[in-house]
Amino acid sequence: MANLNNLTISKASELLEKKEVSSVELTNYYLERIEKLNPELGAYLSTEKEYALKKARESDERIKSGKRIGILDGIPCSVKDVITTKDIETTAASKILEGYIAPYSATVVRKIEEQGAVILGKNNCDEFAMGSSTENSAYMLAKNPWDLSRVPGGSSGGSAVAVAADLCVFSFGTETGGSIRQPASLCSVVGLKPTYGRNSRYGSIAYGSSLDQIGVFGKCVEDISSVMHVIAGKDSLDSTTVEYPIFNIQYPINTQYPMKDLKIGIPKEYFGEGLDSEVEKIVRDAIDKYKEMGAEIIDISLPNTEYATPCYYLLSMAEASSNLARYDGIKYGKSETDNAKDLIDVYFKTRGKYFGDEQKRKSILGTFELSAGYYDAYYRKAQKARSLVKKDFDDAFEKIDCIMCPVSPFPAFKIGEKKDDPLSMYLADIFTISANLAGICALSIPAGFTQNNLPVGLQIMGPRFDEDKILQIAKAYEEMTQWHTMFPSI
Amino acid sequence: MSNKYEVIIGLEIHAQLATASKMFCGCNNNAEGKSPNSVACPVCMGNPGTLPVINKKALEWTYLFGLALNCEVAPQFNFERKQYFYPDLPKAYQITSQTTPPLIGGHLEIEVDGEKKNFTIEHIHLEEDAGKLIHSGGHSLVDLNRAGTPLMEIVTNPDFRSPLEAKLFMQELQRILRYLGISNADMEKGHLRCDGNISLREFGAEKFGKKVEIKNINSFSSLERALEYEIKRQGELLDSGKGEEIFQETRGWDDAKGKTISQRGKEMAHDYRYFPEPDLPPVVPAEAFDLEGLKKQIPELPSGKRKRYVEDFGIGKTEADILASNIELARFFEEAVGGQQADVVKKIANWVLGDLSGYLNDKGLGIMEIKLPPSNLRDLVLLIEKGDISGKIAKEVFVKMIEGGKSSAQIIEEEGIKQVSDTGELEKIVGDLIAGNQGQVEQYRKDVEANGNSPVLNWFVGQVMKATRGQANPSIVMEILKKLLG
Repeated sequence: MANLNNLTISKASELLEKKEVSSVELTNYYLERIEKLNPELGAYLSTEKEYALKKARESDERIKSGKRIGILDGIPCSVKDVITTKDIETTAASKILEGYIAPYSATVVRKIEEQGAVILGKNNCDEFAMGSSTENSAYMLAKNPWDLSRVPGGSSGGSAVAVAADLCVFSFGTETGGSIRQPASLCSVVGLKPTYGRNSRYGSIAYGSSLDQIGVFGKCVEDISSVMHVIAGKDSLDSTTVEYPIFNIQYPINTQYPMKDLKIGIPKEYFGEGLDSEVEKIVRDAIDKYKEMGAEIIDISLPNTEYATPCYYLLSMAEASSNLARYDGIKYGKSETDNAKDLIDVYFKTRGKYFGDEQKRKSILGTFELSAGYYDAYYRKAQKARSLVKKDFDDAFEKIDCIMCPVSPFPAFKIGEKKDDPLSMYLADIFTISANLAGICALSIPAGFTQNNLPVGLQIMGPRFDEDKILQIAKAYEEMTQWHTMFPSI
Repeated sequence: MSNKYEVIIGLEIHAQLATASKMFCGCNNNAEGKSPNSVACPVCMGNPGTLPVINKKALEWTYLFGLALNCEVAPQFNFERKQYFYPDLPKAYQITSQTTPPLIGGHLEIEVDGEKKNFTIEHIHLEEDAGKLIHSGGHSLVDLNRAGTPLMEIVTNPDFRSPLEAKLFMQELQRILRYLGISNADMEKGHLRCDGNISLREFGAEKFGKKVEIKNINSFSSLERALEYEIKRQGELLDSGKGEEIFQETRGWDDAKGKTISQRGKEMAHDYRYFPEPDLPPVVPAEAFDLEGLKKQIPELPSGKRKRYVEDFGIGKTEADILASNIELARFFEEAVGGQQADVVKKIANWVLGDLSGYLNDKGLGIMEIKLPPSNLRDLVLLIEKGDISGKIAKEVFVKMIEGGKSSAQIIEEEGIKQVSDTGELEKIVGDLIAGNQGQVEQYRKDVEANGNSPVLNWFVGQVMKATRGQANPSIVMEILKKLLG
C-alpha cells in the first residue's frame, strides 16, 4: 500500500483515482491513528467508525464504477463539534448539549457529504466555541502536537490538531474572533476564515452571530481552495450569505499569480507592544520573502485598532447572551428538574449545572450590556466602533492588495497558563478579531518555528470576497518555503 | 358612577397573516386540526445552529395593509430580538420589529353613531407568533405548531373615547384584513387578538390617568364588556377617592365571570433587551418591493363600497353597511347587480339581505359554500319584474336554485309554474267565477256601495289563484275583477 502519511486532498485524491488505496483503507488509516493518538491529543470528542466506513464503502463503489463525484469523494475529514451533523451527536463541547443529535446537517456538512467526503468524527473545541485554547472544552483537553505541555489554541483547537497530527485530511472549524487562524498558527497548518457571507453559517451553533463564520483547516493552501470551492455560495437557509461571482480559485490553484506588482500593507498597530520578539522576527522574515518575489511592502495604519478588542468583546458577549438563552433544559440536551421549585428554578438549575464558566460569564455580561440604560453606553457604542474598524480596512484596501501581520502575539502557551485569567486569554485574539469585525477574509499559513520549535503562522488578510487573491498570495509563499511540509513527531 | 370622567382607550391588535408558510421557515402556516408539534421544523423549534429566513409574502402583505391604512413606509427597518424566557418561545427571543417598525402613523375613519371619526395608528410591525402551552394533569405541555406564524401588530394611539368606538374600529379592521385577503381574522380562533389600554381622567384634565392593560380578550363583545367593566371599576375607585388603588398593571378579562382580574405579581418587570437581529439583513422596502404597484393592488375597501352602494345604487345606508360588512357577500351582490338600474338593484339587495342571508343563516353556511351563480339571482329578479312569476313562487324557485344549481328559467320551465298574465285567459276564468257565484257578487256590490270596498274581492282573488294553481298574476287578476264586477 502507498505511503499514507500526511496526505493532502490532491495527493489522497490521486491515490484513490489510481486505485492505489481505497477510501476504506484511507478511513481505517485515520481511525487507527485516532484510536492510538486521540487519548493523548484530544482532537476528537467522538469518532463515528461505522458511519465513516459506510460512507467510505459507498465512495469506493463509485470509484470502482468510474463515477467518482469530485476531488472530495472518499476523502476522510472531521468537523468541529459546534457544527451540526444529522445522526451524529453534536455537543458544542458543552455538557448542556450532551447526547443532542441535531435533526439536520449544517449546509457545509451537507455540501461536502454530497461530494462524497467521509466524516470521521467531531472535533474537540472550547465550549460553544468560546475560548482561545480549547481548555474550555467540557469534555477533555486538547494538546498541541508540537509540544504536549502546550495548548493547540482555540476555539477550533481539535480541528487544527486533527490536521496537524494527521488524524484526517482536512477539517472544519469556526471563527468568531480568530478561532481558526490562531490554532492554525499555533499548530502549523493552513486555516482560512472566509468573508462573512461567503459560505453558509446554517448549522453552526451560534456564538456571536454577526461575527461567526465556518472555515477550513488543511495541510496546504490548495486543500483550502478545494474545500472552499464546494462550500462557497449563497444558501437559501442563511440570509446573510451573498451571491457573489463564482469562487474563482480553479483547481489546481494558479501558482503564476504575479507577486511583482503586489502591494502588501504592514499595519504598524500590529507590530507594537505585547508582540513576542521571536514571532515578530518570523513574520518579518516571511514578509521579506514577498519582497524578494518583487512585492511592494507598504507601511500602513489601521488607526482604530485599539478599539477592536473592547468592541469585539461587547458585541460578541451581547450576541452570545442571546444565543445561549435557548439552552433552558426544556427542549433538548440536559435538563435539571429534580427538586426544582418551578419553571424558573429549572432554568437556573439546568444552566447553573451544565454551562461552563465562560458561558455564565458571557451570559451575565451580555445581558448587562443590553439592559435598559446601558445599551447606548455599550452595545450602540460598540456598533459605532465596529464601523470605524471596518472603515480602516476599506480605506487600506484602496491602496493595497492585502495585509500581512502576525496571527497571535505569542506562540502556543502552556496548558493552564492563562485558563484562570480570562483577560490575558482575550489578548490572544488581538490580531485576529478585526477581520471578524470587518467581515473580511483572512488566513494563517505556516511561516516557521521558534527556538523551542513552536510553530508561528503568517496572517494574510484580504478585502471581502477576495479569498482567491489571498489564497494565491499564500500559495506563492508555500512554493518558496518548506514549513507546510513539516509535521510534528508523535 | 358619575359621568365626569373622560375615557381614554388605545388598542394593540395582533393579526395572524394567512401566508402559505411561516414567518421565518418553510413550515406550513395552517396548523388547524393538526396534532401538536407536527407542523414544526428545526428552525421554528429553535434548534441550535438554525437561522431565520424572511417570508417575503408576509412582508409584502404587511406593507399592503399599512398602505391601505395610510401609513408611512419607513425607508429601512431591522428585525430585532425581543428576549425573555418562556417555554412557548423556543429561541428565548421573539424576532420582531417593534422598536424600528416598518410602518409608521396611519389612520382609519369610522362612523360612530352617524358621525365620522378619525382614529390614528402609532405604528404597525411584523413579528413571529409564539407556541402554545397546554396545561393538563399537573403537567404543562408545549405545542410549537403556532410558533413562527407571521403576526402583524397594529398599535393605535389612545384615540378611542368609548368601548363602542374601540369595538367598531376592531370590526372595521377585521373587514379590511378580509377584504385584502391577508388574514382569516377570526377572533374566536385567535387569528385576530387585541389588548386594550384604558385610563380615565376628569374632563378638562391634561394628565392621563394610570393606564391599565387588559389581556385575554377573544371576541368583539368581550372587548366591549371588558372595557365597560374597567370604566366602572376605575370610575368607582376615583369617585370614592381611592384613585391611588388604580395601578398601572395588566389585568386579564374573565369572560365567564364578567370581570377583569389583576395579573400583577405574576408578571415580572420585563427588560426585553432588544437588539438588531444579526441573522437577518436590514429590509429596504423600496428595493424589495414595488410599493407603487402594491398601492394599486389595494382593492376597494368597505368604506368605499358603503359609499358607492348608497350613492350609485341608491340603496339604504343600513343595507349598504350590511352588504359591505362581508367581502364575499359584497362581491356576490356586485356581480348580481351586473349593470342593472336602481330599482332592480334595490330588489337584488333585498333578496341578498332577505332570502339569501336567511337561507345561509338557517343552514349555517357561508356564501362560498353554496352553488348559486350571482347572475341566477339577477335573472330571477328580472323575471319577477317582467311579471313572469309571482313573488311568492319566486321564493320557492329561489330555494330550488340554491339547492339544485339550476337557473330560474329552467325551474319554471320544468315545473310549468310560469305566471299567467294573459288577460284573455284570466278574463275567462273571472267571467266563469262571477257567473257561478252570484251571491258573492251581490254582497260585493252592496259593500262597495256602503264602504267603497269589500272583503269579498279578496275571496274572488283567492278563487282565481286556486283555479290557476297560484300562477295568476295577482295585480292583473285584481284589475280584471274590478272591471267585471263593476
